[in-house]
Amino acid sequence: MSPVWRSVRWWLSSVAAWLGERFELEDSVLAVLRHPVPRALERPVGWFYVFGAATLAIFIVQIATGVALAMTYVPAPNSAYDSLQFISHEATLGSLIRGIHYFGAGAMVVLVLVHMTQVYLFGAFKFPREVNWLSGSLLLLGTLAMAFTGQLLRWDQDAFWAIVVAAEQAAQAPVIGGWLVTLVVAGANVGGATLTRFYATHVFLIPAAIFGLLGIHLYLVVKRGISEPPVAGERVDRAGYRARYRELLARGIPFWPDAAWRDAVVSAIAVACVVLLAAILGAPALGKPADPTVVVADPRPDWYFLGYFALLALIPPATEAVVIIGLPLFAFVFLFLVPILWPDGERHWSRRPVAIAAVALPFIAYAALTTAGLESPWVPRLQGAGLSSTVTAGLDAPATHGSELFVTKSCWACHQIEGSGGRKGPDLSHVAARLTRDQITARVAGGGGGMPAFAGSLSSQELDDLATFLATRK
Amino acid sequence: MKNSTRRAFLSRVTVGLTGAIAAIVGLPILGYLLAPLFQVPSDDLVKVGLVTDFPLGKTKLVSIRDPSPLPWAGQTAETALWVRRRQADGPQMFQVFNVNCTHLGCPINWQAEAKIFLCPCHGGVFYEDGTVAGGPPPRPLYEREWAVRAGDLLVRQAALPNPKQG
Repeated sequence: MSPVWRSVRWWLSSVAAWLGERFELEDSVLAVLRHPVPRALERPVGWFYVFGAATLAIFIVQIATGVALAMTYVPAPNSAYDSLQFISHEATLGSLIRGIHYFGAGAMVVLVLVHMTQVYLFGAFKFPREVNWLSGSLLLLGTLAMAFTGQLLRWDQDAFWAIVVAAEQAAQAPVIGGWLVTLVVAGANVGGATLTRFYATHVFLIPAAIFGLLGIHLYLVVKRGISEPPVAGERVDRAGYRARYRELLARGIPFWPDAAWRDAVVSAIAVACVVLLAAILGAPALGKPADPTVVVADPRPDWYFLGYFALLALIPPATEAVVIIGLPLFAFVFLFLVPILWPDGERHWSRRPVAIAAVALPFIAYAALTTAGLESPWVPRLQGAGLSSTVTAGLDAPATHGSELFVTKSCWACHQIEGSGGRKGPDLSHVAARLTRDQITARVAGGGGGMPAFAGSLSSQELDDLATFLATRK
Repeated sequence: MKNSTRRAFLSRVTVGLTGAIAAIVGLPILGYLLAPLFQVPSDDLVKVGLVTDFPLGKTKLVSIRDPSPLPWAGQTAETALWVRRRQADGPQMFQVFNVNCTHLGCPINWQAEAKIFLCPCHGGVFYEDGTVAGGPPPRPLYEREWAVRAGDLLVRQAALPNPKQG
């Protein structure tokens, strides 16, 4: 070791020691960092206790990238889109920063859910940690609210119509629906006042709430202590738990660094994944600029909300008013009731089969809905209309005319023939094998079963030719 | 005893003053934020075009400008409407529809050949007169009040429609 380096080190450690003494770090920050945690966390089961820290790491990344984006983003309807295009394509490292913020948002949603699932299956929400769970549930709400308001700031067509859809959903709320709409759009229509409100909500209001909740959450994590890994057959009883846990901690290990290193490893992996995705894929492309007078739009939420979007297309219309407000409300009321209803008893997942089902079923259902949302078969296709030449080859004149009508009269928008067309209605590749020519004519003219009646927009000659064409599809 | 009464009094004064600080700043902020609830949206009749712009039997997309848009509203100062000319004149001359699907507000597309409106979100379908032809929409398209004056088609301003308006 060179003498210079030795001298630098001496100075640094002297300054650190002086500051540490003046701040009394031993009794405050360091004491908290070294708070005892159950010794069992030394074992590989400790790897299950890392997701909260990873979520926090991504949250800090979101703050940093968010502040950076706010340096350039202009939250006004006539500038927002252009400023985002500038960030994405011209600003130095802009695409990377926006990409990190975008993939970080997805990572937040995923990690919060993974963290909650772990806590739920380990029974860590039970006595005396009920409020940890309650504050965590509110943090989930905050995360989802951030994800949603963030998407709207892109101010492209998707974003604009997503606000309209959100307002219409809010309108379904009983009694206060009308007020909610007015507050969401900050006026009568989505316009000049709307975007600034979403911006302020996204960068000030919700983050402030998250900071507060995070403070409560972390305070409780330290104060109540990290729950010991559950053991099948060991029940939580409110009378004896605290004393038993105190004994456990007497034989515990310090959080720093014995448990914290795993948090650091997983946090580093999570952040590296987000940055890598952003570096490879860049910021997500914007759609066309928001313009209420352009009705050609295909509004889709980001992937984590696609399942809910799909649900709204698939449920029977009559149940909609109940489902739109009721289902999310039920989900969150259930989350809040979890620690109140089941504060004691078995913690281990192997003794709580219903708890496993309560986790697995919603995840499976939502994954199925998300798949459906990606495909969106219920959406009529409006672009790229046309039938393949193998379908139209060798048809006589009336049938050829019928095949043209199939495209121009929008049959194609909802029906497929040989893989070309929408999927809202039945595939008509072999419709003549199921229906007679008369039945086809009657169905086209009169509609039914979700299909419009086309008698008003087809002449009898056109109807005849269309039926002639469809009768060739055996 | 005397000391504890004094302390109870001082505690109450401190909490009360803190609450008063929150109230005198918080109430104006709350009023500022909730202001949209108490504003009556303008409902002027606004010109959207000449009557001669709309051929008989056709449905056309028009823009309608907010009566007093915010200076920075940009393109969002305008909203779109579908105008259907169904008669040469008389009280049945026009039908003016909001572009918002009655399901969840997505913009409906007019298919001129098929004479139907299609919604890109959840597949709602409407006939040219605005009645539901298929899909999840619970009710016909929202219509706007219109008037013809000196050869101009005027349409009534309206807030974002929602199912609660019936």
